[in-house]
Amino acid sequence: MSNEPMSLPEEPDLQRELRLVELRREAESRGKVGVRGIRPEGAPFPKASPETGYYEIPLLKPPQWTHEIPLYFFVGGAAGAAAVVSAIGHYVGADRKLVRDARYIAAAGAVISPALLIADLGKPQRFLGMMRVFKPQSPMSVGAWTLLGFGSAVSAATFAGVLRERYGPSFPLALIENAGEAATIPLGLGLATYTGVLIGATAIPVWNQNVGDLPLHFAASGLSAAVGMLELMGHSKNRALQALGLGAALFEVWEGIRIEGRSHTHLDPLKHGISGAITRVGGALSGPIPTALRLASMFAGRERASSLRRWAGASAVAGSLLTRIAWLRAGIASAQDWRQPLEIKPDPQSWPNKHPEFGTPSKAAKV
Amino acid sequence: MSTTAFLTDSTLCIGCKACEVACKEWNHVAEDGLEWSGYSYDNTGAVGASTWRHVKFVEEPPTPGVGGNSGEQASWVFSSDVCKHCEVAGCLEACPTGAIVRTEFGGVFVQPDVCNGCAYCVVACPFGVVAKNKEDGRAFKCTFCYDRQKVGLEPACAKACPTESIKFGEINQLRAEAQERLQALQDRGMQDATFYDPTHTSVQGTHAMFILRGDPRTYNLPPNPEVPTVYLKKGWTSAALAAGLLLGGTLLAFLTDGARDGR
Repeated sequence: MSNEPMSLPEEPDLQRELRLVELRREAESRGKVGVRGIRPEGAPFPKASPETGYYEIPLLKPPQWTHEIPLYFFVGGAAGAAAVVSAIGHYVGADRKLVRDARYIAAAGAVISPALLIADLGKPQRFLGMMRVFKPQSPMSVGAWTLLGFGSAVSAATFAGVLRERYGPSFPLALIENAGEAATIPLGLGLATYTGVLIGATAIPVWNQNVGDLPLHFAASGLSAAVGMLELMGHSKNRALQALGLGAALFEVWEGIRIEGRSHTHLDPLKHGISGAITRVGGALSGPIPTALRLASMFAGRERASSLRRWAGASAVAGSLLTRIAWLRAGIASAQDWRQPLEIKPDPQSWPNKHPEFGTPSKAAKV
Repeated sequence: MSTTAFLTDSTLCIGCKACEVACKEWNHVAEDGLEWSGYSYDNTGAVGASTWRHVKFVEEPPTPGVGGNSGEQASWVFSSDVCKHCEVAGCLEACPTGAIVRTEFGGVFVQPDVCNGCAYCVVACPFGVVAKNKEDGRAFKCTFCYDRQKVGLEPACAKACPTESIKFGEINQLRAEAQERLQALQDRGMQDATFYDPTHTSVQGTHAMFILRGDPRTYNLPPNPEVPTVYLKKGWTSAALAAGLLLGGTLLAFLTDGARDGR
């Protein structure tokens, strides 16, 4: 059937006939026809060449993690920072309720984090695989053990603390609580920072090119989330938290400037597309907005200041979550950009992975 | 026990995909769906969780002398891609469970009963080889036919290859053979013949080497693949700095705060 010559329709299609007349008029009047004619779907077709790689097929495999992992980065980061705030606050004699609430955030994080990781792995017993070996050269292994230690220490300290409040102080309880609390400081610091190394030490360009920034950026994000949660829990008049929140927010402003102020191709996923949009919204909620709200609260009346700080806290929490999602999405977008690992200078017009417009001279056409 | 390697010579490849089929049959790898990618006669586009050997079809306008064609038809260069079995392997370093091991033959092997599906190896591979099986959750790639090598047999793909495009043997011997072959090809006028074995980067060479025509980037082979462990030092330094700042900042914030509980 398909070999039959094309036949004219029995009734002429007026629209199509008029179009032919139109083309003829244009050709007569201008000496050429400006439109491009029919463009086959997907054209111009990618080629295999030193300029286009293998048919522009991404060389790297994209990160396979779904929403559990950025959520874990957020929860774990906040929990780690909250544990540090709780323990240090305890040692220097800060408000007892603040110390306790910060510990509860850490404890909640210690429960939610492994649950998220197990959800990512698919089967609970698979998490036990992480406990087979300790590999210092694998940030994933270091992180799994850090989380395990952190969970144990925080749970022990929290449980002992609850028993102490209910049944009064005793030596064994004090021992467990203090030992657990002391251990949460190094483990919490590890938990809040290692995720930056985890994604930084990979083959994904946007991650490994920012490996020097990521742990600092993630630590600031975790701290600002922990401070924000505490402020939302009613500690919006604590001055130490204000200072910490302001410090973290200022760091995030600087990180935003680092991303926006430089023009490297590896930063493209943080500026373009959906991942770029999430990065920018997350960055604004983490940096400039809480900074402005916190500065405003310093000059506001007592009640107004407290309200402004709760808003700053809410913004920081949302910003921290979006920032973690943004970095994962940027990693996925970065893996799709076949030019980076092949060291092909990208065409600034065609990011990401878009073919040059039909009719314009493309590098692919020179084969 | 010798250290073994593949030498895949794309100048001999005829694009028959016998290696793909042999690999699937021997290793019981699921089929990928016999769909055309639209890129010449390529099916899957890349190696993956269920494609451990993958024949690349580099199709170009008629180029007399390439692929032995008449100069009227499109010219093809075929190249059978596979896990590179890096001398320093990103996936092996990254694996938190110890599932990925170095075999006595020098290959990189994912133990399927140990892999827990964390997918960290996927982002650690600079060649985009290791892939996660979406249904199963675990990571899969070429085993270098560890089971066959154990009993002294060559890998299934090498055995099935009808033109000896896929050579298997002792690594240093193959490296020497590759140099001879390269010289022979260049003597025959194939000035663009190249040898791909990135010994100059942190990968320190591979156990799957390639003889190609033209720029390796045409075949999605990166000019400078790096093992991600090279980023660790910078990352942990930054983490230590971050931890110091977090600790110091928290101490400072509480110590300078006048309104202490004091009890």
